[in-house]
Amino acid sequence: MTRLERNERLIKIALLVIACSAVSILAVITIFIFSEGTPIMFKYGFKSFLLGLDWYPSEQSFGLLPMIIGSVMVTLGSLIVGVPFGLACAIFLTEFSSRRLRHILKPIIELLAGIPSVVYGFIGVVILVPFIRENFGGPGLSVLAASIILGIMILPTIISISIDSLQAVPRSYREGSIALGATKWQTTKMVTLKAARSGIIASIILGMGRAIGETMAVIMIAGNAINIPHSVLDPVRTLTSNIALEMGYASGEHREALFATGVILFVIIMVLNTLANLTSAKRKA
Amino acid sequence: MHINPRLEEAVVKVLLWLFTLITVFVLFFIIFYILKHGLPVVNYQFLTTDPMDMGKSGGIYTTIIGTIALTLVAILIATPLGIGTAIYLTEYTRENKITKIIRFGSECLAGIPSIIFGLFGFILFVTKLKMGWSILSGSLTLAFMILPTIIRTSEEAIKSVPYNFREVSYSLGSTQWQTVIKVVLPSALPGILTGVILSVGRSIGETAAVIFTAGSALRLPTSLFSSSRTMAVHFYIMAREGISMPNAYGTAAVLIITILIINIVAYRLMHKFIKKYS
Repeated sequence: MTRLERNERLIKIALLVIACSAVSILAVITIFIFSEGTPIMFKYGFKSFLLGLDWYPSEQSFGLLPMIIGSVMVTLGSLIVGVPFGLACAIFLTEFSSRRLRHILKPIIELLAGIPSVVYGFIGVVILVPFIRENFGGPGLSVLAASIILGIMILPTIISISIDSLQAVPRSYREGSIALGATKWQTTKMVTLKAARSGIIASIILGMGRAIGETMAVIMIAGNAINIPHSVLDPVRTLTSNIALEMGYASGEHREALFATGVILFVIIMVLNTLANLTSAKRKA
Repeated sequence: MHINPRLEEAVVKVLLWLFTLITVFVLFFIIFYILKHGLPVVNYQFLTTDPMDMGKSGGIYTTIIGTIALTLVAILIATPLGIGTAIYLTEYTRENKITKIIRFGSECLAGIPSIIFGLFGFILFVTKLKMGWSILSGSLTLAFMILPTIIRTSEEAIKSVPYNFREVSYSLGSTQWQTVIKVVLPSALPGILTGVILSVGRSIGETAAVIFTAGSALRLPTSLFSSSRTMAVHFYIMAREGISMPNAYGTAAVLIITILIINIVAYRLMHKFIKKYS
C-alpha cells in the first residue's frame, strides 16, 4: 500500500468517527438525562410523578401532573392558533398567489423563525398580557397568552414544511382536476391537500414539538403558578418552565426531580419526532 | 346543502388573503414595535460602555463581547464536525444502516428543546467536568445544539455540486480526498456558509441553553473559563426582573437587527448558490 492510499484510508476512518458525533452526542444526552432523572422516579414511583398533584420539593412531594397538563394545554392552544394561520399561508402562497408575491412573502415569513424566543415572550408581556387582563379579566399571564404567542412561534415551522410538501405535489394532479372542470379551491381541497397530507401532518407534529419544548417565552407569559387551570385565563406552569425556574437553586432530590421533569419532556419530544419521521417516511415511500 | 363553487372560491380566496395578511402583519408589528421603542436608546455609547447597576444604566458592551465569544467558539467546534459528517455521508459511503442511524441521530438532536441542552450542559460541563459557568461550557452546549443544522445544510450543499466536477478531478488522477478538498468543498462553500451563518443567528438568540451553562456574569470575560452573559440572556434578565425597560428595549433592538442582518445575508447567499447550480 502506498503512502497516498494509506492516507486515504486514514481520512475515511477519521470522517466516519466525525460522522458519528451527532449520534454520540444524542446518546450522551439521553444517558445523562435518564441517569440523573430516573433513580428518583423509581424511588418514589412513576405514578406519584405522573399523577401527583402537589409539587413541594422541600417536602419530597414531586407531583408533575399540573405541569404535564399545563404543557398539553398551551401546546394544544398553540395549535388552535397556529395551524389555521399556518395552513392558510401555505395554501395561499403555493396555490393562489402570484410567483412574485410568493418570492417576497416566503422569505419574510421565514424570518419569523429567526426572532429569538425571549423577544416573543417580551412582546407577550408588554402587549398581550395587559390586553388580556383589561379585556377578559384574570391576571393576564395565562394559558391564553402563552397559546397565542406559541401559536405565532410555530408558524414558520408549519408554513415552510407545508409549502415544501404542497410544492412537491406534481402539477399534473392539479391539471387533471382543473381539466375536469373543478375550480382552483376544489382542486386544492380535493386533490392537492390530500396528496400533501402526510407532509402537512409532519409539519404540525414538528410545530407541536417546538411548542412543547419552548421555555423562555412561556416562562415570561404563562404565569407559572402550579395548579390545574380551570379556564384559559388561569396561569399555568409547563414542564419546561418548571425546569428553568428552579434549576438555578435546586440541589439534592429537588434537582433530581427537575431531571425527572426533563425525562418526561424528553420522552414526549422523542415520540413526536418519531411520529413526524414516520409520516414523512410514508410520503417518500 | 349546495354551495355555489364560484362563490366558495371567492370566499376562500378572501379568507386565505386575510390570514396571510395577518401573519405578515404580526411579524412586521413585532419587529417595528421593538425597534420603535429600542432604537432611540441605541447609540455608539450604548454599544461601547459596560452595563452598570445590573444593567439599570450604562450600555451593553460586555454582553456583546460575551455573545461574540460564545458564538465564535461554538461555531469553531460545530463546523468541522458538521462538515466532516456531511462529507462522509455524501462522498464516502452509500445509503446503508450506518448512514440511516447517523441521519436519524442528527434529526433527533435537531428536535431536542434547548432547555434539555441547557440541563445536559449544566450537569456535564458545569458540574461533572468542573468547568463551571463559563464560555467553554456554554459554547460546547451551543455547538451540540447547532450541529444538526450545519450537517443538514452542508449535506445539501455538497449534494448539489454536479457529479461531473468529481469525474473531471478523478480523470486528472486526484485521489478522493484531493477531489473533496480541491473541487467539491470550494464549489459547495456558499451553501455550507449559509448553514454556518444560520447557526450563528440561532446561537445569538438562544437563551435557555446558555443561561445555565455560561451563567450571567456582567464582567468582561478574560478567558474561556470566565462566566459571561450574552445579549439574549441580558435582555431576558432585564425584562423579567424589570430592571430597566428602556435598556431592555435597546438590547432587544440590537439583538433583532443583528439576527435579521445575519438571516438576510444567509438567505441571499443560499439564493445565489441555488441559482448557480440549477
